[in-house]
Formats: sequence, structure tokens, C-alpha cells
Amino acid sequence: MSRRWINFVSGTFTVLTGLACAVLVAAVAIIFGHVLIRGWGSLSWEFLTAAPKNGMTAGGIFPAIFGTVFLVILMTVAVVPLGVGTAVYLQEYAKAGSRWVEAVRMAIQNLAGVPAIVFGLFGLGFFIEFVGKGVDSAFFGHHLVFGQPCILWAALTLALLTLPTVVVSTEESLRVVPKAHREVAYSLGATRWQMVRRVVLPQAIEGILTGTILAVSRGVGEVAPILFTGAAFYLPFLPTRLNQQFMVMNYHVYVMATQSPDIDATLPLLYSTVLVLLLLTFSLNATAIVFRSRIRRRIRGR
Amino acid sequence: MKSSKPVSERVIEGFIHASAAVAIVALVMIFVFIGKEALPVLTSPAVRKEASVAKLFLPQSPGAGQPAKFSWQPVSKVPKYSLWPLFVGTIKATLVAMIFAIPLALGAALFTSEFSPDWLKEIVKPVIELLAAIPSVVLGFLALIVTASAVQRYFGLDFRLNTINTGIALALAVVPIVYTVSEDALSAVPTAFRQGSIALGATPWQTAWRVVVPAAFPGLFAACVLGFGRAIGETMIVLMASGNAAVLSWNPGDPFRSLSATVAAELGEVVKGSPHYHVLFFIGVLLFIFTFLINFAGQQFVGRLKEKLTGAR
Repeated sequence: MSRRWINFVSGTFTVLTGLACAVLVAAVAIIFGHVLIRGWGSLSWEFLTAAPKNGMTAGGIFPAIFGTVFLVILMTVAVVPLGVGTAVYLQEYAKAGSRWVEAVRMAIQNLAGVPAIVFGLFGLGFFIEFVGKGVDSAFFGHHLVFGQPCILWAALTLALLTLPTVVVSTEESLRVVPKAHREVAYSLGATRWQMVRRVVLPQAIEGILTGTILAVSRGVGEVAPILFTGAAFYLPFLPTRLNQQFMVMNYHVYVMATQSPDIDATLPLLYSTVLVLLLLTFSLNATAIVFRSRIRRRIRGR
Repeated sequence: MKSSKPVSERVIEGFIHASAAVAIVALVMIFVFIGKEALPVLTSPAVRKEASVAKLFLPQSPGAGQPAKFSWQPVSKVPKYSLWPLFVGTIKATLVAMIFAIPLALGAALFTSEFSPDWLKEIVKPVIELLAAIPSVVLGFLALIVTASAVQRYFGLDFRLNTINTGIALALAVVPIVYTVSEDALSAVPTAFRQGSIALGATPWQTAWRVVVPAAFPGLFAACVLGFGRAIGETMIVLMASGNAAVLSWNPGDPFRSLSATVAAELGEVVKGSPHYHVLFFIGVLLFIFTFLINFAGQQFVGRLKEKLTGAR
């Protein structure tokens, strides 16, 4: 083979891989651009603060925004302590390489691969039918209180789904804390928990935040787990109690796209809802990316 | 161990130890509680009369004297629960998605880890990660409303909601995981490998193709396997854009119905405790087992890559 031929083939393939990159970057840009252009027009203060009207062909999405925020706050309250606890156990308490640690790690990786719809089935079968019905018959004399789809069960289902996200990024940031810092804390007479609390966790705060933000972004986006565990088609009121159903933006997009009585009238509102959803998840993920690159730079800087 | 630890410290350390068990317990509980609702398909005579395992997997005659076939019609006078149309639909869509996703994701990973200047990599990597931030319901919406007609026209297909269109949207959902895992694998190849190859006179492409890719191969394979697992379980895109027609057809121009979308579409309206209800949970168990095995296999390959590159076990 001549040198020129080799260079030609090499160059062609290099360009092709570059093209793959270009296609993906273009896909993100086109999707965002398209939604921005089509959704910007009907995005207004009223749209963000009013309830849907006329079978979702007019009005706004305030109940869906409210429900999304409520849901995600509940989810965060559940998932962050558990995720951080697991990561702290794996990095600070467990004996590295032991059978149990391997099993926990494998479970976390496998949990991350379980399809979202399976979490939905689990939420229905476990939280609603088992825990909820159990609580009702034990404390409420068989009245229907928690044995039904509601925001609490939806939030807990999402918390399980996002657990791996929080564990993985917290662990990554715990690994960065230098061993010497731990040794100094011990040499000053700190107990293990004092060392974790005062030395390790403050340095890992960026990783914990990254994990939380990514989990929130995931929670804002996933529909399948909440389909049967609490998301409502339409509600005339805002949920204020844990055992009420709720409206949520992502499910609202699904409902408007597939079940609108008049798709042409709904479409502008649909685009605006998608735009709000995309702005939310993009800004969350962008923040997480910035945090993570700061952590990685610290690893390399050492 | 000192026994004079304050109570608050013991409580919090108890919590830390307990939280580590949550992932394992959750995984077991998912299997147990979905399995519990699926079990009547195997055990209950009333359920088996309508939906036994044989009826789920073997061809059934719709009426006396008519030829046996595979059909999924759970809400009809004689309910039919053949899973084959759903299997075929799921596999067909997953294959189409992988045909689009693998070249794009592996190509992009190769470019960012081997050829691109650092400043370009700093732009491309986060943008592809942003692709993962797009909720699947948004991709489903775009596939349903925006791209369906264009894809139909471009490929000259009979149906607006066809498998190619859904597969492309599915590919966008799969690309981030394939890209991230394979990029990690390529970056894990020691720089000395590349320097050695370049010093012997190889071009960057020859180095990438003959040295780096073979070294990272288990990781690249794992990336594809994990992507496959993600595509099989993906629900909202398929539910919105596939047309949800349970036809037994391998034609990528036809609509289809997947396992996951079937559960999502039908569980809301099913009578609790009916054969249909238990079959839907049975589908959930199948999805759980498929994805569990696929992920497990993927992790084994990632582990093998680490062994290969570091010599550690």
C-alpha cells in the first residue's frame, strides 16, 4: 500500500467520526432550536401561572409546574440521605473489596438498568397495594387513605429510580478527598463519624450537589414510573396533602400530545410546555456538568 | 471499639449501614412484588384458563376450525394474549435504534478521545451529555408530531407511525449511554500504547483502529450491550410514536407494539386481579429479567476491560 493511499483512508475515517459528532451536536441544537422557536410565542406569565382551560386548548400549566416541584422536593428528601448514606458506607465504612461491598455496588448498577416502567409496576404492587393498603387497614379502619395512587408513592418510586445517580456522583467526590486529611482527623482523636462529618463531607459537597441535580433532572423527565402511582390527567385543585394525586409537566405533555380533543389548538401550548420542560432539564444538567468538571479538574490537579 | 460513643452518633452510623442495604433490598423487592402479581399466570386455574404460559407463547386458534396464530387482543370476546407480536415489535424497534445509535455513538466517542483537539472535546462532550437530559416524553412528542411524516415521505412508507421513525427517536435516547461508556473505555487505554504505535510510523487512524480499539474492545462491546438494555425497556417514546399496533411483522415500515408500551397503555384500564392484570405484571417480570441479564453481562465486560488494561483482578 502506498503512503498516499494510507493517508487518504486514515483521513476519510477520521472525518467520518467527526461527522458522527457533528450529527449528534446538530441533533441537540435542532431539537432545542425547534422547540424554542415554536414554543416561545405562547410562553407568557399567564401561561406559567394559570390553570388549563377548555379541555387543555387554552390557559396555562401552573398546576403541572406546582405538581412537578412538589413531587421532586419529596423525591429529593427521600433519595439524598439514602444515596449519600450508601456512598459514605461504601467509601468510609466498608472494607474495600469485601463480598458485601461488591454486592451493594452490583445492586446499584443493576438498579440503574431497570426500565422505568418496571419501577412503575413496583410502585403500584409494593407502595400502593402492599404498604398503602396495609397502613389503611392498620390505622384508618380500612378507609381509603394511602392505598391509592398519590404524590407520596410517586415520589418514593422516583427516589428508588434515581438512587444510583446520587450514589455514583457522591462516591466519586468522596474518592477525591485525600487520605492524609482522614489520617490527620484520626490523629487528633476524631471518631470515624466526626471525621466524616467535619472533614470528608464538606469537601464532597459538590459531588453531592451534582448527584442531587442529576436526580432532580431525571425525576422531572420520567413519566413511566408515575403513570400508575399518582400522576393525574387533570385536577381542578392543587395537591396539598401527601395522599392526593397531582398534575405534572411531563405527563401533561403526553396527555396533550396523544389525547387532545383539538390538536391544532393545543399544539402551541404543547410546544410551550415542552420548552419549559427542556429549559428546566437543560439548565439542571448544565449545572451538574460544570460542577463535575470542577471536581475532575481537582483530581487531575493533584 | 470504644463503647462511649454518643447515642446520636450510633443512630447515624446505623442509618449509614442500613442505607447501603437499600439498593439490594430494592432490587429483591422489585422482583418479589412484581413476581407476586405475575405468579397467577403460572398457578391460578382461573387465570390459566385464559392466559396460561402455553397461550402466551404458542399459536392459538381464535375459534373452532380456524388456523392457529399469534395475536395480542386482551380486550375482546375471547381474549388473546400471545406475546410474540410484542416480542417482535420490541426487538425490531431495538435493532433499528441500535443501527442508528451504534455508529453515531462509537464514531463520536472515537473522535473525541482520539482525534479531536482538546477545545473541541470540551464542547462536544457536554453537548452529547445534554442529549441525556432530554426527557423521553419530549423525544416521543417530537417523533409523533414532527418527524413522523418526514420519515414516512423520505423512506416511502405506508404508515406515518412506523418503526424507522420510532427507532430514530429511540436511538437518540440510547446514544448518551453508549457514548459515555465507550468514551470511558477508550480514555482508559494507556497513552503509552498510542505513543508506541505513532513512533512506529502509524497514522492516528491506524493507531486508533489497530491499537486503541482492540485494547478497549470489551468496554466498547459493553457500551453497546448496555445501550441495547436501555432501548428494550424504553417506554414513553415507543408508547407515543409506535402506533401501538400489535401486528406480527418484521417490516421496519410497519407500526408495532412493544412490551413496555403495552404495560404503560393497558395497566391503567385493567381490572385488578383479572387475567389481563396478571399478564401485564408477567410482562414486567420478563422485562426485569431481560434487562437484568443484559446489564449483568455488560458489567462483566467492563470488569474484563479493567483487568486487561491494568492487569489487576
